[in-house]
Amino acid sequence: MTTVLDPTNEATPATIERSMRPESLAGLTVGLLDISKPRGNVFLDQVEQRLIALGSTVKRYKKPTFTKPAPVDMRHEIATECDAVIEALAD
Amino acid sequence: METPALPPGLVAFVKRDCETCQLVDPLLATLASDEALTVYTQDDLTFPESLQAVDDLALEMSWHHNIETVPTLIRVGKTGIEAERIVGWSRDQWQAFTGNMELGITLPEFRPGCGSLSVDPSRSDELNARMGGSGLATRRIEFAELEDDFEAMYDRGWSDGLPLVPPTEARVMRMLEGTTRQPSDIVANVAPDLIDVTVEKIAVNAVMAGCKPEYLPVVIAAVEAICTDEFNIHGLLATTMSVGPVFVVNGPIAKQLGMNSGINVFGQGNRANLTIGRAVQLVVRNVGGGRPGEVDRCAQGSPTKIGLAFAEDEAGTPWISLAEERGMEPGANAITALCLEGPRLIVDQLSRTPESLTNTLAEGLLATHSRRMVAGIDAMLVLSPEHMARYIDAGWDRARFRTELEERLMVDTNDIIRGTGGIEEGLPAGFADMQLPKFRPGGLHIAHAGGAAGLFSSVFAGWVSGPTGSVPVTKPITH
Repeated sequence: MTTVLDPTNEATPATIERSMRPESLAGLTVGLLDISKPRGNVFLDQVEQRLIALGSTVKRYKKPTFTKPAPVDMRHEIATECDAVIEALAD
Repeated sequence: METPALPPGLVAFVKRDCETCQLVDPLLATLASDEALTVYTQDDLTFPESLQAVDDLALEMSWHHNIETVPTLIRVGKTGIEAERIVGWSRDQWQAFTGNMELGITLPEFRPGCGSLSVDPSRSDELNARMGGSGLATRRIEFAELEDDFEAMYDRGWSDGLPLVPPTEARVMRMLEGTTRQPSDIVANVAPDLIDVTVEKIAVNAVMAGCKPEYLPVVIAAVEAICTDEFNIHGLLATTMSVGPVFVVNGPIAKQLGMNSGINVFGQGNRANLTIGRAVQLVVRNVGGGRPGEVDRCAQGSPTKIGLAFAEDEAGTPWISLAEERGMEPGANAITALCLEGPRLIVDQLSRTPESLTNTLAEGLLATHSRRMVAGIDAMLVLSPEHMARYIDAGWDRARFRTELEERLMVDTNDIIRGTGGIEEGLPAGFADMQLPKFRPGGLHIAHAGGAAGLFSSVFAGWVSGPTGSVPVTKPITH
C-alpha cells in the first residue's frame, strides 16, 4: 500500500448557484463583452440591434486583450450594471 | 514520534555486513557475562553469533539514537539516559569503557567501524520520513492495496499521458533538499485556477516528472517565470494556437545538472532537459488546473506543451548568451521562458559567407506562421554550431548579426495584401505601400545550441507578442 503526497491544489470548488434566467430580455440591461478578437465588434453590433429591437438597454464592454482574463474591475462593473451579459468571440 | 528509550547497562549496535562488527562478535558474549548488555542488529537476526540480538532491522532504535557507525557501544544509566558512547574498535577505548583490561588482547589494536544502515543514503530519506515526521503540509493520499501505483496516478488525472514517479513522502523530502527555500514558501500564483503554489507542491510535481533534487531550483525559477502577467501562462493555455513554454537555461548550472546543449538538443535522451519542462507543465496541470479540453483549448498541440527545456551552448561561441542579452550578468544562472511552437529547420548547406547565410535565415524566419503575418508574433532562432561558425569566422558578433538579420526581415506590405498572389489571407488594403518588420522590436530571440555537425538551424515561432500576449521572462536561478 503506497501513500503519496497530493500533487493537486487540494481546493474544493465553491458551488455557486446559477442566476435565474430571465423570462424575457425586454426592459433589461444587457452587457455585450467584446473580448478584442478581430471582428468581434461586427458580430456584437448585430446582436446589439436585435436586443434593442427586443426592448433591451445595451451596454458595451471591451477587454484590453483577448489573451488574458477580463480585469476584475470590468467584471465587477458588468455585474453591477447589467441584468445579463453576452460574451462574444469572433475571428 | 517519541524516542524509544535504551535499556540500562551496555548497549551495542552492529550489523553482519561489517568486518569490524564481526571482529568484536566474540567479545560481546564476554561483556554480557560481566554486566547487562543489549545488542541491536541492523541486518541479520542471527548476528552476532555469540549471543541473541534484538531486532532493529527496521532501524528504529538506530535512527532515534543517531547511530552513525557500527559497532557503537553505549553506556546507559539506570534512568535510561545515555552516559557515553564509543564507535568502531579501539582496544584501549573498549578496555577503558568496560573496565575489562583483558578485553580483546588478541585482536588488532584498531579497526575503524562501518557506516550504520540508518544513515545509508539509500535508506535515510525513507527513515527520516517514517520516524521524523516530515512536517510537510500536503494532503496524503493512500492508494488501495489492490491498486497499481502507476495506474492509480493515471486514474486520478495527474498524468500528462506518460507514467509518473509516485511522489512518496521520502521522495518529496529528498527533492526538497535541492533547495534552501522553505517548503511552505509561496513561489507564484498559478493560472487558470489562480492558486498560490508552494515550494513543496512544486517538489511533489517535480518528483512525478522524474526530476532529480538538484533540478528543483530550475523548476522553481521556471514556475516563477511563467506565472507572471508578462508571460501570461493563462493565455498560452487558453489559446487555440500550438504554443507552450520553452525554457532556455544559461549559466554554469546547466553543466552541473548535465543539461544537453549539444547533439539532439531538442530531442530525447537527457533527463534534465526532458523532466524540468515536464515538471513545470505538471504544476500547471495539477496545481493551476490547466488541462486540455478544459481551459486548454489548443487546436493541434505541440511538443512544447509537454515540456521543453534546453541549455544554450555558451562555450562554443564568443557571443554573449541569450540571458546576457536579456540583462543578466555574465556567468549568472538564469532561465528564460518563451512562448513558442515546436522547432523547424532552416537548411542552408552551401553558404560560406555570413551575408548569404543570413539571407537564408531571414527567408526561413519570414515564413513563420505565414509570410502574411507581420509584427504579430515573437520567434526564437537557435543557431547550430556549424552555422555559428560562419559568423565567428567572419568576425560578426551578436549585435552585428541581429542588425543584419533584422534589415532582411522588413516586409513590403504590397506583397501580402489580402488577395495578392491568389491568397485571401493578408493585410487589409489600407496597409499598402509600407515596410513593416516581421517581428516587433525585441521580438526576435537568438540562442546557440546543437551538435557539431549539421548545416541547419532551428526556428521556433511564437504567439501573440508583446503586452497583449506573451513576453519572454528571464529569472535568476537561486538555490
